[in-house]
Amino acid sequence: MALERILRVRGRGVVVAGDDIDTDRIVPARFLRAITFDGLGEVLFEDVRRGEDGRSLGHPLDDPERRGATVMLSGRNFGCGSSREHAPQAIRRAGFEAVIAGSFAEIFFQNATTLGLVCVALDDDALRAATAAVTGDASAELEVDVAAATVTVAGRTYPGHLPATARDALTRGRYDPLAELLANGDAIDATAARLPYVAGGRR
Amino acid sequence: MSAPRHLFDKVWDAHAVGTLANGQTQLLIGTHLIHEVTSPQAFGMLDDLGLRVRMPHRTFATVDHIVPTDRREEPFDDPMADAMIKALRANCERHGITYFDLASGLQGIVHMVGPEQGITQPGTTIACGDSHTSTHGAFGAVAFGIGTSQVRDVLASQTIAMSKPKVRRIEVDGALGPGVYAKDVILHIIRLLGVNGGIGYAYEYAGEVFDRMSMEERMTVCNMSIEGGARCGYVNPDDTTFAYLEGRPFAPQGAEWDAAVARWRAVASDPGCAYDDVVRIDAADIAPTVTWGINPGQAIAIDERVPHPDEVPPGERASVEEALAHMQLRGGAPLQGTPVHVAFLGSCTNARLSDFREVAAVLRGRRVAAGVRAIAVPGSTLVKEACEREGIDRVLIDAGFEWRAAGCSMCLAMNPDKLRGDELCASSSNRNFKGRQGSVAGRTVLMSPVMVAAAAVTGTVADARAVFAAGRA
Repeated sequence: MALERILRVRGRGVVVAGDDIDTDRIVPARFLRAITFDGLGEVLFEDVRRGEDGRSLGHPLDDPERRGATVMLSGRNFGCGSSREHAPQAIRRAGFEAVIAGSFAEIFFQNATTLGLVCVALDDDALRAATAAVTGDASAELEVDVAAATVTVAGRTYPGHLPATARDALTRGRYDPLAELLANGDAIDATAARLPYVAGGRR
Repeated sequence: MSAPRHLFDKVWDAHAVGTLANGQTQLLIGTHLIHEVTSPQAFGMLDDLGLRVRMPHRTFATVDHIVPTDRREEPFDDPMADAMIKALRANCERHGITYFDLASGLQGIVHMVGPEQGITQPGTTIACGDSHTSTHGAFGAVAFGIGTSQVRDVLASQTIAMSKPKVRRIEVDGALGPGVYAKDVILHIIRLLGVNGGIGYAYEYAGEVFDRMSMEERMTVCNMSIEGGARCGYVNPDDTTFAYLEGRPFAPQGAEWDAAVARWRAVASDPGCAYDDVVRIDAADIAPTVTWGINPGQAIAIDERVPHPDEVPPGERASVEEALAHMQLRGGAPLQGTPVHVAFLGSCTNARLSDFREVAAVLRGRRVAAGVRAIAVPGSTLVKEACEREGIDRVLIDAGFEWRAAGCSMCLAMNPDKLRGDELCASSSNRNFKGRQGSVAGRTVLMSPVMVAAAAVTGTVADARAVFAAGRA
């Protein structure tokens, strides 16, 4: 499972305003009625983008000037709520390579990182400035430097937060851990053998 | 003498397989639970990679999210529900995984089934592709939700990559007032610490209030840890825990039981151990608590007023305004008296036998208000049967509730149980996000089951202490 090293993300941005954007909002539960992740990119933020009649509600994600944006900006506690990986899958499948937010809910962060979706947190002032720069100029280019955990936009570079474990995983192309987990088979079996709590239970 | 340690460290260290190249821990998942929504893609990934399930006896399955709670004969009316349940059955059969299906008589919400079967045990690690896996922490397990790629990782390797969180001890001492329940305790905690206050932490719930709680009450509290941002929350195991587990199908028996209890006692946090943070709460400060907004931290005591946007810190103003607009509430107004259209008793937070007993005790001889659609959905088939043995179903049906079969139902509205339009639902569930209960404009007010009963009979958000005062004498 050799993965591409993700050193930086460059692209235009789109702002999904608000704190505590939950994963039900990102992908409403009715779209979890599926046995694959196919087609989730099309229903990203469905209920705030389209009315029940399918009419566009003018959400920034549907702004023609923002088409092709690869960086999403939002507020604090992004991705809270349900553990559904459908949420970062939808963001990734809609063409986004990075999310910049005030902070991230933990399960979302882990799910996103495993998919190679870069999640960088900015402090309030930096987030406000970066958001303003993107809001004011649809052509503004953002650059996320993964190793440095910085965000650059409109000529300014803002220090961000990205745990060292995620920085390492992304920049070395080992953000999907399965191969490494499987490589430790003997150690897994030895640890499990010391913890027989389920095996010993069945009557 | 080694330094005193808390339960979290003991369990983490016992399950650590090693350190990965990026510095994360490779953590053994002793017990893995799966359901129909977040597992099929994981089995698909396994197939794509040509991998098998490494330890099939450590995974247990049931159906809960999409399963209908009214007509249960297959094929279901929803062809996709049918396909998802068939996929789960096929995956379990193919890989030799124990599956508590509808026919077993043991089906239910996955976080009910684990404890009922004695699969959930102290000192274990438990993962499930569901954020409310924190429920199992009530037994002194380190239990947390994972995404589907991690479900794949557990199936293939019985481990995941994880960074160790910090541990915050939340002590609640003193006595809860009458009409104050476990649900109020956790809503109060989330209100105080915020919906993101627990990011990076595991919560250890301790103190006199948790010591006195039943296992079902502890599950209610641990269940909503994730709503406070904490991926995992636990209570140290004690005699209450052991009494609950003894004799359950998957619990150890005979000499194994005594050895297990000794092991479980030893896994509890040592006196004098250090925590990354400690929060102390006086039980007397906790009132019946209800949410007024669109996240579980936007909560007030039932007799308080909804916040006014002018009174909150500038950083919260936009969120408060958004919440008030969605909920169709006026800042500074009381929440009591707000008309309710739907009353929902259910979910992995509050659909256990003790919840329905409490509700039946106050509903006996009363009627659901005209115009209120009231639904009671037991969390598991065993709870449903126990309620029916005790006549609780009759009390609820006579009061005007629909009495359903077990599932997640209107907590997340993946099955046909949904709000319509901008209906307001008094709900014993765990999330009041916009659109959560199946309608974009739908409104959710989270509360304890007894408060849901009060809302059902008055047709408004109401203080159960006043509504049922006459019956309590």
